[in-house]
Amino acid sequence: MFLQLIISGLSIGSLYALIALAMVIIYKASEVPNFAQGEMAMISTFIAYALLTSVKVSFVASFIGALIFAVLLGMFMEYVVLRRAKDPNILNLIIITLGFEMILYGLASWKWGAEQKHLPFPISDTEVVQVGSVVVSHLDITTMIIALIVMITLFLFFRYSKLGIAMKATQQNLVAARINGIRTNRITSFTWGLSSLIGAIAGMLLAPTATLDPNLMMDPLLKGFAAAVLGGMTTLIGPVVGGYLLGIIENLFGAYVSLEFKSVVAFLIIVIVLWFKPSGLFGKHYVKKV
Amino acid sequence: MDIKRNYFEDIQALKSNTSKVWFVILLAGLVAFPFISSNYYVYMINYMAVNIIVAMGLNILIGYTGQISLGHAGFFAIGAYATVLLIDKLHFPFFAALFAAAFIAAAFGFILGLPALRLEGPYLAIATLAFGMAIIQVIGRAAVFGGRNGLLVSKMSLGSWIVNTDKEMYFVIIPITILLVFAARNIVKTRIGRALVSIRDSDIAAETMGVNVTYYKTLAFAISAFYAGIAGGLYAFVIGFINPGSFTFILSILFLSMVVVGGLGSVLGAVMGGIIISFLNLKLESVQYIPGFGNLLIFISKKWMSVTGLPNISSIIFGLILILIVVIEPLGLYGFWIRTKKYWKTWPF
Repeated sequence: MFLQLIISGLSIGSLYALIALAMVIIYKASEVPNFAQGEMAMISTFIAYALLTSVKVSFVASFIGALIFAVLLGMFMEYVVLRRAKDPNILNLIIITLGFEMILYGLASWKWGAEQKHLPFPISDTEVVQVGSVVVSHLDITTMIIALIVMITLFLFFRYSKLGIAMKATQQNLVAARINGIRTNRITSFTWGLSSLIGAIAGMLLAPTATLDPNLMMDPLLKGFAAAVLGGMTTLIGPVVGGYLLGIIENLFGAYVSLEFKSVVAFLIIVIVLWFKPSGLFGKHYVKKV
Repeated sequence: MDIKRNYFEDIQALKSNTSKVWFVILLAGLVAFPFISSNYYVYMINYMAVNIIVAMGLNILIGYTGQISLGHAGFFAIGAYATVLLIDKLHFPFFAALFAAAFIAAAFGFILGLPALRLEGPYLAIATLAFGMAIIQVIGRAAVFGGRNGLLVSKMSLGSWIVNTDKEMYFVIIPITILLVFAARNIVKTRIGRALVSIRDSDIAAETMGVNVTYYKTLAFAISAFYAGIAGGLYAFVIGFINPGSFTFILSILFLSMVVVGGLGSVLGAVMGGIIISFLNLKLESVQYIPGFGNLLIFISKKWMSVTGLPNISSIIFGLILILIVVIEPLGLYGFWIRTKKYWKTWPF
C-alpha cells in the first residue's frame, strides 16, 4: 500500500516537476512567475487534439506539431507582449502574464468550449504492470520515463550546449552576457519557447487521465507553483525534487489524512514553505540591496 | 515596487472646488436614479457598487501598499458565505452578520498578510493565488457550505423591513458603498495612507523612517479583506444565490483588472475601474446581441470557432485590456484623466 502510494506519487510528481521546471526557467530569465504557463500548455494540448481529430495525422506527428506550436507560442509571448511593457516592474509583468492567460483561456473555450473532450492517447492508462504488490499503469511508466528523459536532456542542454550556456549566462547577469556578445533579447525569447515546450509535454501527458477542457491546467498550475516554491525558484534541481516530493506528500495525505481535502495540500505546502524557508529547499537566500 | 507619481505637485495645483459641486450633482443623481430607471439598470448599479467596494479595498492593498493579491475572490467568498450562514443558521440581524462576516474575512486577510511580511512580489502573488483556490476547494467540499450546489440566499431583512426588489436593495447598498469609498479616501489621505505609500515605495526606507512595517502591511491586508468581505455579503443578496463556481480564479483577475484599468493608487480610479469592468462583464455575457458586432462574431464563430463558446470571448477582451493598459498607460484611466485635465488647464503650453 505504502509503496504503491509512493510510486503513483512519483508518476504524478514527475508531471508537477515538469511544470515547475518550466516556471523556474522563465522565473530565472524574466523574474516573473508565469501565470500563463498552464494555459500555454493547455492550448498546445488542444492543438495536438485538433491535429489528431480534424487534420487526422498520426499521433507522433500531432504531438510534434503541438510541441512546435508551443515553442512558437512561448517566443511570441516574450517577443510581442512582455517586451513591450512600458514600466516593467514585477506587478506589471505579472499583469501581462495574467492577461495572456485570460486571452488563451478565452480562445480555447471559444473554440472548444462547451463539451468535454478526450485526447486519444496510444498508451493505455488501464493496462497495468504488476511488480510484487505494486501496480503501475503503462501510462504512468511512460510518464515517468518521458519526464526523466526531458530532465536529463535539459540538464545536458544547460551544461554542454552553447545555447544552454548562453541562457544560463543571460539569467545570471544580463549586462555581462551582453558585453560578452550574447544577443540577450533573442536568448530570452528562446528561453520562453523552451519553457513553453516543457509545459506542453506535461500538458499532453496529463490530458489522457483528465478530461480535455479549458480548465485542464488550472489545478496543475497551482501544483507546479507549489513544487517550485517547495524546491526553490532559483535552482533547476529544486523544482524537480519539489515536484516529486509534492506528488508523494499529496498521495500520502490523500490516503492517510483526508482524500476530500487532498487538493488543499498544495496551498498548505506553499504557505508552510514561505513561512519557514521562503527560498525553498534548495534555493539560495537572497538579500535585497538597499 | 515603484508606482511613479509624476508631477504630484502639478496635480495638487490643478485641484479645484468644482469637485464638490460635481459630488452634490452625483449624489442627487444617485437618489433620483431608481425612480426613473428600469429594474435591470438598478440591478446593474447594485452589481457595480459591490465591485467598486472590492476594487477600493484591493486598491489600498495593491495601489497604495504595493502588495499583490491574486486571491481576492477568496475573501469575497468568505464574506458571502459567512453573511448568509450567520443569518440563516445563527439568525443574526443583517448588518451584524455583514460586519461579522467582514471581520472574519479581515481575520483571514491578517493571517495571509503574515507571510507577506517576508515575501517579495512574485512569491506573494503565488501564495495569494493558492489561497483563493484553496478556499474554493474547501467550500466546494464541505456540507455546511452546500457543496458544489451552493446556497440559496433568503431575502434581506432589516428589522421589520423585508427588502424585496432590486430598487429597495439599492437604498441599502449605495449608502454603504459611499461610506466605504469615503472611508478609503480618508484612510489613504491620513497617517495610515502615507505609511502604506512609504512601504510601497521602499519598505526598508520606510522602516528606517520609523514606520512599523509589520503592523501596516498586515493592516493593509486586513482592510482590503474587510472591504472584500462586505462586498461579498452584499453580492450574495444582489445575486440571490452563491456557489463555489462564482468565486473562481478568473474573478480574482477581474478584481485585479478593475484596479489596474482604473488606475493604481487612486480612489477615483478604483471607482471608475469597478464601473467599467462590471459593465463590460455584464454586457459581454450576451455579446452576440450587440447590433452589428454581434453578427460579425457569430459569423466568425460559425466559420472558425464554436457558437456555444462565444460568451467566453469576455476572457479574451479582459486579457487584451489588461495587456494594453500595461503597455500603453500603466496608471490606467486615472493616468489618462490626469493627462487630459492637465492638457486643458495648461493649454496652449
